[in-house]
Amino acid sequence: MAERRPFSVTRLPGFTAIALVTFALLYAPIVTLVAYSFNGSESIAVWGGFSWRWYGIAWQNTAVQEATVRSLVIATAAAAIAGTVATLAALGTTRTDRFRGRTLIYVLVNQPLMVPEIVTAVALLIFFSGIRLATGYAGLGYLILAHSAFCVPFAYLPIRARLEGMDLSLETAASDLYADRFQTFRHVTLPLMAPGIVAGVMLAFIISLDDVVITEFVKSAGQDTLPTYMLGQLRRAVTPEVNAISTALLALTVLLLTMFFLLTRKRD
Amino acid sequence: MPPAGTPATTEATIEAGRIRRNWLLAAPALALLLIGASGPLLIVLVYSFLEPGDYSGVIWKFTPRAWFEIFLKRDIFDGTLGVADAHLTIFWRSVRLSLLTTLITILLGFPTAWFIATRPRSQRALWLFLITIPFWTNLLIRTFAIMEVIRNQGVMNTVLLQAGLIAEPIQILYTDTAVLIGMTYVYLPLMVLPLYAAIDRFDFRLAEAGYDLYASRLQVLRRVILPLVRPGLIAGSILVFVPSLGAYVTPRVLGGGKNMMIGNFIELQFGQGRNWPLGAALSMLLLLIVMAALLVYVRVSGRENPHG
Amino acid sequence: MVPPSLQPAAGPSETPRIAVEARNASKAFGQGDALTRALDDVSVAIRKGEFFTLLGPSGCGKTTLLRLIAGFDTPTGGSILLNGRDITADPPNRRPVNTVFQSYALFPHLTVLQNIRFGLDMLGRKRAEADARAAEMLALVRLEGFASRRTAQLSGGQQQRVALARALAPEPEVLLLDEPLSALDLKLRKEMQRELKRLQRETGITFVFVTHDQEEALTMSDRIGVMQGGRILQIGPPREIYNQPANRFVADFIGETNFLDGEVGAIAGDTATIELAAGSVTVRSAGLDRGQKVTLAIRPEQVRIGEAEGLPAVVTGNVYFGTDTHCHLELSGGAGVVARLQSAADDATPLGEGTAVRVSFTPGSVQVLAD
Repeated sequence: MAERRPFSVTRLPGFTAIALVTFALLYAPIVTLVAYSFNGSESIAVWGGFSWRWYGIAWQNTAVQEATVRSLVIATAAAAIAGTVATLAALGTTRTDRFRGRTLIYVLVNQPLMVPEIVTAVALLIFFSGIRLATGYAGLGYLILAHSAFCVPFAYLPIRARLEGMDLSLETAASDLYADRFQTFRHVTLPLMAPGIVAGVMLAFIISLDDVVITEFVKSAGQDTLPTYMLGQLRRAVTPEVNAISTALLALTVLLLTMFFLLTRKRD
Repeated sequence: MPPAGTPATTEATIEAGRIRRNWLLAAPALALLLIGASGPLLIVLVYSFLEPGDYSGVIWKFTPRAWFEIFLKRDIFDGTLGVADAHLTIFWRSVRLSLLTTLITILLGFPTAWFIATRPRSQRALWLFLITIPFWTNLLIRTFAIMEVIRNQGVMNTVLLQAGLIAEPIQILYTDTAVLIGMTYVYLPLMVLPLYAAIDRFDFRLAEAGYDLYASRLQVLRRVILPLVRPGLIAGSILVFVPSLGAYVTPRVLGGGKNMMIGNFIELQFGQGRNWPLGAALSMLLLLIVMAALLVYVRVSGRENPHG
Repeated sequence: MVPPSLQPAAGPSETPRIAVEARNASKAFGQGDALTRALDDVSVAIRKGEFFTLLGPSGCGKTTLLRLIAGFDTPTGGSILLNGRDITADPPNRRPVNTVFQSYALFPHLTVLQNIRFGLDMLGRKRAEADARAAEMLALVRLEGFASRRTAQLSGGQQQRVALARALAPEPEVLLLDEPLSALDLKLRKEMQRELKRLQRETGITFVFVTHDQEEALTMSDRIGVMQGGRILQIGPPREIYNQPANRFVADFIGETNFLDGEVGAIAGDTATIELAAGSVTVRSAGLDRGQKVTLAIRPEQVRIGEAEGLPAVVTGNVYFGTDTHCHLELSGGAGVVARLQSAADDATPLGEGTAVRVSFTPGSVQVLAD
């Protein structure tokens, strides 16, 4: 008989093996994608040595340049708007007594998390096409409005979490030390909630940058963002150029996430 | 106004004012969401009861036709009503693939969440971070990544061919299997995270008590652990099932044009199909199913923690 | 099946039968510099049918020893024996040993009855048999009307009883209790102490009870093992532990003790004189050498206050406890001594601060501890 391992209450047979396989399966495709983006060969099936070639080609492509700028403009605007309204909403809904309608506010704020994206996309398509017909306006405003709206819950949740963890007595102490309401907010509340706001804005930025479905439905002609451009480029296979763009986006996401984790990590 | 309010009413007035001011702070967010998310849903509801326009859009005439069209079709030749089997095929594929995705993510996600929750505290953040990176990575990029692995000239087929295990590439791309693999891949983190949260809250002394009372590992798993992490299991299932049912990008990229799911079928009505009311009715139906699932979740989780 | 002996401990005529035994058991956690020895080469034999208590401060290793017996942890050295059989490698579900957890660890998703039946179901007992046994257990812990309640609806004391019934239902060879009373308030704790004693007498099952409460240990146990720093310092009946502590730690941990440092002076026959700063005290000479540094341990109730003979002292204060009063004294030479005066028996009016008195000790009550 094989030697028995000592009893451990946390061990279940096969679980560790399945978990490690799952992690491998989770990362193998991403690693493949990143590797392909550095493939110098024209053919996707042959490894042609390490090369920045496809990054250069993507960089030179005016369509990619325009889509990148558009993506960044929309994401910045959406993150700023969503961050602002989410901060105000968080101040209005935390640390108060229960009041009528608070649950309704929660539901409305988190609505984009619950409604399938395709449904929201269809709704905005109908709504905005009506406005477009009536006003003739066809600018980026529609995309910025749509992105701001679905980014609100992602900005709201970390800000609210931060506020709920904050000690109310600090503000009482400030008012005891002769600070008026505005001074208390400016010098105590705002600095303390700042990490939550930064984290929320960063999440909103990532979410906006990633969106495909709503953008695909809402955009007017010639308003491709990076993801919709990449989706449009797809024929039989992913082109090496798209691999390069994907890898760059991936790197940006990992960078922002790492910063997010460092910001929200509990220090005490 | 009374000359001098009793202290109680003065306090109540101040309190009411404070609450009203606080409520107003949420107004910009609510306005934004009403215009950019919730409000337009009502327009979709209205559109689902209109007649389709000739090229696109609608004719403003009330009719429940679109709702019937979801399940029924009129024969082009003899005009009789029949079941719209093409639609039913798409619904059945959507439901079947979403259920299978949920099941596979449970089978892979539960051991993974258990593994993370039983690491030493210092290691746990790292393992969780490894789950959250794919979670926040662009869904399109992750779908592309899966495509690179499973397509005919992809990594998997190349390796199998060179190893001599297969004579010619296995066609996975543009099949239901590809969509299933893709959805499992992109939604797996949504299963792991709530399961982790539930297992992290699990009191391992209860498992000890189970073993102490002569239960085997399987019995402890089935009779002690699973009942107690059930809320996490339900939350994860809903988080995976809901976006799977409404999936658009993954079936479009990995399923090709043929293997449509509801999401792609809805898009079709606003593009080539030129039947906006049908698209609107399908969207509302999808929304209803999702709301029903969320309602079930709220009821179940509410019953499980009557104090929380 | 042989009915378990109802005698708490066998008399001297027959060798007591051993229920559970730890032989040179060690348990270390971590590695290298971070290595901690929770249990360091501990050997103890617990007799069949006795109420054995492991007593010690938190972190002394008593819970670790209990977990080794239960099978939740595996010793890094030594072995665990049950009825003479080595069970060190057996997982907890194959040991006829049940545990009452400190946190009770009642299954929150099951009813009281389902909790109590759990072990019986796992053992594959027949439905009718399990039902009968569970009902019997409910009656034993006086919770007849609570069968279908959820455990969250019970009070702390009731949860405690369910935990006991659940652990007793499969008729274990040994019942392990890990500080089961620590979460209860004082009044309930006293009640449960009597209740536990009754259950142990009625079932005749060997109880291994872990506590840091010395009073609990003294009132309930047949024998006590005092632990500190991963070792067992002394094993014996409560009276022996209290009256003849083996060392300063045991004397200090159990009850209150006055310690006086001194040196062995003249030895005459079976008596020896111990020289203290305040004077001299006569004790039995067994095992003492002239000039040896020793510590005298005297319980406060053995301190007598008089006027004629004894060590000169001054009263420094009184603390009133209801049933008795603690009189704090300073011996000449500076050492402090506490005397316990019973409110009913001794003079009710306390001596005023600064009163000069003489202090003596009940003959035979002074313990000499070698340093």
